[in-house]
Amino acid sequence: MTKEEIENGTADMEIDQRELMNGERSELNAVPDGFNANYLKVYYGKLFPHADIFKWMSYGNDGKHPGCDESYFGRREFSFTLDNDIYLRFQSFNSVSQLENSIKEKCPFKIDIGPVYSVDPAKRHAYAQSGNNVFTPVEKELVFDIDMTDYDDVRYCCSGADVCLKCWTLMTIAIKVIDPALRDDFGFNHILWVYSGRRGVHCWVCDPKARRLTNEQRSSIAEYFRVYKGNENSQKKVSLTSSALHPFLLRSYKVLEEFFEGNLLSNQSLFSTEERYEKILEMIPDESITSELRGKWQDNKKSSISKENINVDRWKHVKKILKSGKQKGQGLGKCVEEIVFSFSYPRLDMEVSKHMNHLLKAPFCIHPKTGRVCVPIDPNHCEEFDPTAVPTLSKLLEEINMGGLGTDDDEWDRTSLGKSIRFFRSSFLQPLLKSCKEEIENSYNAKLQHSKTSLTW
Amino acid sequence: MEIIRSQRKPVHIDVVPTLPLYRSAPPLEVRLEDFELYAMDRLRVLKGIADGLSRGKKSEEMKNLADHLWKANMRHLDASEVVNKDIISHFVLRLVYCRTEDLRKWFLSMETNLFRYRLLFEKAEVQRALMAEFDLPYRAASNAELESVKEGLKQVAQSFGQPLAADAIFYKVPFEEVPELVAGRRVFIHKGYAYIAMNQVVSLVSTQFRSHLSKALILTNRKWTSTIREQEKDRLTPIVEALCSSYLGPDYSQPREFAEISIKDIDQIAKSSFPLCMRHLFEKLREDHHLKHGGRMQLGLFLKGVGLKLEDALAFWKAEFSQRVGSERFDKEYAYSIRHNYGREGKRTDYTPYSCQKIITSAPGVGDHHGCPYRHFRTNLQYKEFLGALATNIDGVLPS
Repeated sequence: MTKEEIENGTADMEIDQRELMNGERSELNAVPDGFNANYLKVYYGKLFPHADIFKWMSYGNDGKHPGCDESYFGRREFSFTLDNDIYLRFQSFNSVSQLENSIKEKCPFKIDIGPVYSVDPAKRHAYAQSGNNVFTPVEKELVFDIDMTDYDDVRYCCSGADVCLKCWTLMTIAIKVIDPALRDDFGFNHILWVYSGRRGVHCWVCDPKARRLTNEQRSSIAEYFRVYKGNENSQKKVSLTSSALHPFLLRSYKVLEEFFEGNLLSNQSLFSTEERYEKILEMIPDESITSELRGKWQDNKKSSISKENINVDRWKHVKKILKSGKQKGQGLGKCVEEIVFSFSYPRLDMEVSKHMNHLLKAPFCIHPKTGRVCVPIDPNHCEEFDPTAVPTLSKLLEEINMGGLGTDDDEWDRTSLGKSIRFFRSSFLQPLLKSCKEEIENSYNAKLQHSKTSLTW
Repeated sequence: MEIIRSQRKPVHIDVVPTLPLYRSAPPLEVRLEDFELYAMDRLRVLKGIADGLSRGKKSEEMKNLADHLWKANMRHLDASEVVNKDIISHFVLRLVYCRTEDLRKWFLSMETNLFRYRLLFEKAEVQRALMAEFDLPYRAASNAELESVKEGLKQVAQSFGQPLAADAIFYKVPFEEVPELVAGRRVFIHKGYAYIAMNQVVSLVSTQFRSHLSKALILTNRKWTSTIREQEKDRLTPIVEALCSSYLGPDYSQPREFAEISIKDIDQIAKSSFPLCMRHLFEKLREDHHLKHGGRMQLGLFLKGVGLKLEDALAFWKAEFSQRVGSERFDKEYAYSIRHNYGREGKRTDYTPYSCQKIITSAPGVGDHHGCPYRHFRTNLQYKEFLGALATNIDGVLPS
């Protein structure tokens, strides 16, 4: 619930339903938690936004304007992962009904979106034989994948597949660092952030310029965002030069510092045990400083500082000593920043972003392990996003049951999914389509102009 | 009294770039010998660059090396012919190196490097003129624009440890044109545009050069396979096919007075002047009185190259080997191949000593002592031991 909903009183209905579910579960409506073909069938039948996905993937090429490319949607690759782990690649469709029918019929456990190819993927074999690489990706959204397991060495609240509100902060930070950079630095506008369903986020950049980027250009953007270069063996995984930071890093640091000091320090108890503070001391390449700090903290065990403050206090010690100018060794210039970056800076999966032909899970899919829907996240309110409150498949089915006999096409609107779909449409799809139409019109007009002026008799 | 006005020289707005861009094959006539010779000269430059890079030379050194190689190989008696030689040699090598993926990759890489080093020596006006040649969608950022992004530009300059010059010129370029600069966070980017400093222009232009050449090579390959190879099978094709594997180093077949060594000097010279790989082989030969084939080839050809005459070589190897296998066996099994190396047997090719490239990429196995110690010594320990053994004779500082 957002603040607004509480104020408007629209929260009431949700509270009622929740009480109903928790307290007096109506036998008819209750749907046990789970993920299976039967549930999916209902989901794909009534809730999955086929038409919205179609409109998105068509990028305005709906045939209504003479400048539309009628083959565009049909050249997009989708892939389905079926129940028995069967993986179907190079699925393509020529219309929304083909897409919808195929999904309803095959009931895929996962739907991935691939690139737009030069020709319909279904016909790829015919073209491969000419040996001239005529079957090749020509467009693909610029995508990012941030996964919580990549932060396992800096989160203590959970590990592996688990995720909680404490470590979710790392995803919030990632969005708050990457999103403004995509807009202000790279000039992109049509950006969709999506919950991956379990422990991470995906980002889809859909501007025409982004879709036409080559692998090399995608790679350069991913590298621009890369700071963390570690593996289990390296002690120092973030290495910043001693001279000033690039403006992007400077800007990001403001966000990182705020969350590191205001949230991560305490929530992750970064200094509360010897094992944990040793990890931070490892990042300081000066023996005299680390032994001074160690000495101080080992004494502190006996003092009466409460647990909550111990992390904040110890961090203050670290900052003070590193910034005090006592350092004689090199490599200390940006040590404080390096520590903050290590614990909070976004860690992208580079391979996902670099390749045009990478297939990424479609928004609004359901995650098989958690049953949660891959819903969009509003980057402007990402601090409020709660992965543990995302609607699950079973909950949605319950809500449908409770809705009674609805014959609407918009059954989703009466469920928790409604908010997400409406957000998807208003903040992403509509502005995107508007811009696409404009582009189609402009390039069509430009072509007309050109052919007019180049007519020779 | 006449007042003579000084002549106003016309201002040249168009600066003719001295760096050709090889956009299209020139309508020049080439003599057949020049076809091959020009290409070989250019190939020496490219291979020299490849060699320098494989030794890990830094960019300042590489720049000077490229300049040196160019001046040494690409001159022409007739000054007006210099540019033609440049262009012709490039296009001939395109034919040679378009034919497989690996060849294309190598040629593309070396030509782009060469272009970049040559560009670095050019003046700013020439660099700018080349940007225009490539139709780069650049434009110099206006003062108003610079004002609005000044803070960012300053920060980027500071991140290199350089202050921002007050009158610094920046070019505004779509960020996707300069992927290397973006990836390295070496430019300020705003709303999709990268602000490039003058010295980064070179990177820009080189990237364009590379991309043009890459496409051209594919087209050349198509033309080659479809028409040229067949058409020219009696004339150019044999030359083209031989060019990429031809040896281009100094001619070792002629003995040189000043480079002779004799057996009595050899131990002294080995200690003072041999490169590490040869020193190692030499020491092992003295120790074991034997070397396996790879080692015999590598050391044997080297000794020939530094001036050991055939008679001396035979005596030298015999003196060692006979301690192990006896002199009859030496005469029977090993002498022939030493004579072969000197071009006195078989097809009488005067074999040339191995280049570092060849030695580095060789694959010594168990019991072998050839190869490059810097590459092939299995462990640091082995390397240290070897150097330790030499340490009594070396004054220099050992790596730790």
